[in-house]
Amino acid sequence: MATESTAADIAQCVNEHGSAIGMPQLCADWMPNQIFWLIVALAVIYFVLSRIALPRIGGVLAERKGTITNDLTAAEELKAKAVEAEKAYQDALARARAEAAKIVAEARADIQKDLDAATAKADAEIAAKAAESEKRIGEIRAGALEAVTEVAKDTAKELVAALGGKADARSVTAAVTARLKG
Amino acid sequence: MAEEAHSEGGLVFHPMDQFIVKPLFGDGPVEWYTPTNVTLWMALAVVCAIALFVMGTRGRAIVPSRVQSVAELAYGFIYKMVEDICGHDGVKYFPKIFTLFVFIIFTNYLGLLPMSFTPTSHIAVTAVLGFGVFFAVTILGFVKHGAHFLGLFWMSDAPLILRPIIAVIEVISYFVRPVSHSIRLAGNIMAGHAVIKVFAGFAAIAAISPVSVLAIVAIYGLEVLVAFIQAYVFTILTCVYLKDALHPGH
Repeated sequence: MATESTAADIAQCVNEHGSAIGMPQLCADWMPNQIFWLIVALAVIYFVLSRIALPRIGGVLAERKGTITNDLTAAEELKAKAVEAEKAYQDALARARAEAAKIVAEARADIQKDLDAATAKADAEIAAKAAESEKRIGEIRAGALEAVTEVAKDTAKELVAALGGKADARSVTAAVTARLKG
Repeated sequence: MAEEAHSEGGLVFHPMDQFIVKPLFGDGPVEWYTPTNVTLWMALAVVCAIALFVMGTRGRAIVPSRVQSVAELAYGFIYKMVEDICGHDGVKYFPKIFTLFVFIIFTNYLGLLPMSFTPTSHIAVTAVLGFGVFFAVTILGFVKHGAHFLGLFWMSDAPLILRPIIAVIEVISYFVRPVSHSIRLAGNIMAGHAVIKVFAGFAAIAAISPVSVLAIVAIYGLEVLVAFIQAYVFTILTCVYLKDALHPGH
């Protein structure tokens, strides 16, 4: 069939009904037309693509890549800055903390000193007061003992007198003194 | 085949009529310069290419619109293919390879529209593409490497006795390349379109028309796939042939 149709191709490729005879692909009459228009179409597409479209798309892609790279670099820089700022903040915080601790220690030392001084002073005062009081108590005690002896002697003399006894003062005193010591 | 169908009368099969080249105006002979349906559908492919790659990228937006992102996707797809296969010195030929890809994919997809004409189903068209690639690549290989280009056929890592035999096989396979390259594209597209037409002919019988319509839908889906795959295969083989010209050493 192929040989028949190639023979018929030269004369005609379509029968009287307008249908194809054999394969239209093998019709030599139509080939120059197809080849000519193919070359025209390819030339137009190539011209348009290589002159306009491809440089444009390539430019857009390169620009996008550049933008993304730039943005990433900027982000990286900002991140580094943030880390630096955080470090500075931590440093400042640590310094402030150390300062505060120092101030607290100083204040505590001052207070301690004042307190110690006040305590010492108070102790000394208390000691002085206590000594004075002791002395006074001693005096009072001595005074009281004397008074008791006196009262005892007088009372004994009066008692002896009241009982009708007669006794000299000296013996009564001696007796009372002996009893008190007793 | 067509004549037999006419004599039967009932079922009418004209699966090849869709490939007929007709003048757009009048009914005269098809001269080489006549505007035909080939002209029309190639021109539509050109218009689509301009719409996608020129109009679509008019905004040059950093954040692309939908059309621009499709154009960028196609650009990146073929650019990466050329770079991966041909290496860095192949990027120079990227616009030419991209032109081939754009032409084939747009004519393939426009050909899937009902009542349309598919230029890539014609061996005359694909042979120009295939042999064009073949001659361009061969000339480029000799210009770049001179006689060293013939090293492509001389397997220096094969045993010495086998080398002449391999060289003969390599030479034959090299010259078969443009034939397979062009017939693969035309054959796939033509076969798919013809099969759809045959199933459409069966739809005239009421009893099997539902099956026929379902089959058309299925084949059409397959053809959508084939339209892309054949454009992809044609482009990737062009890259492989270009790689052989740029780096003939195996």
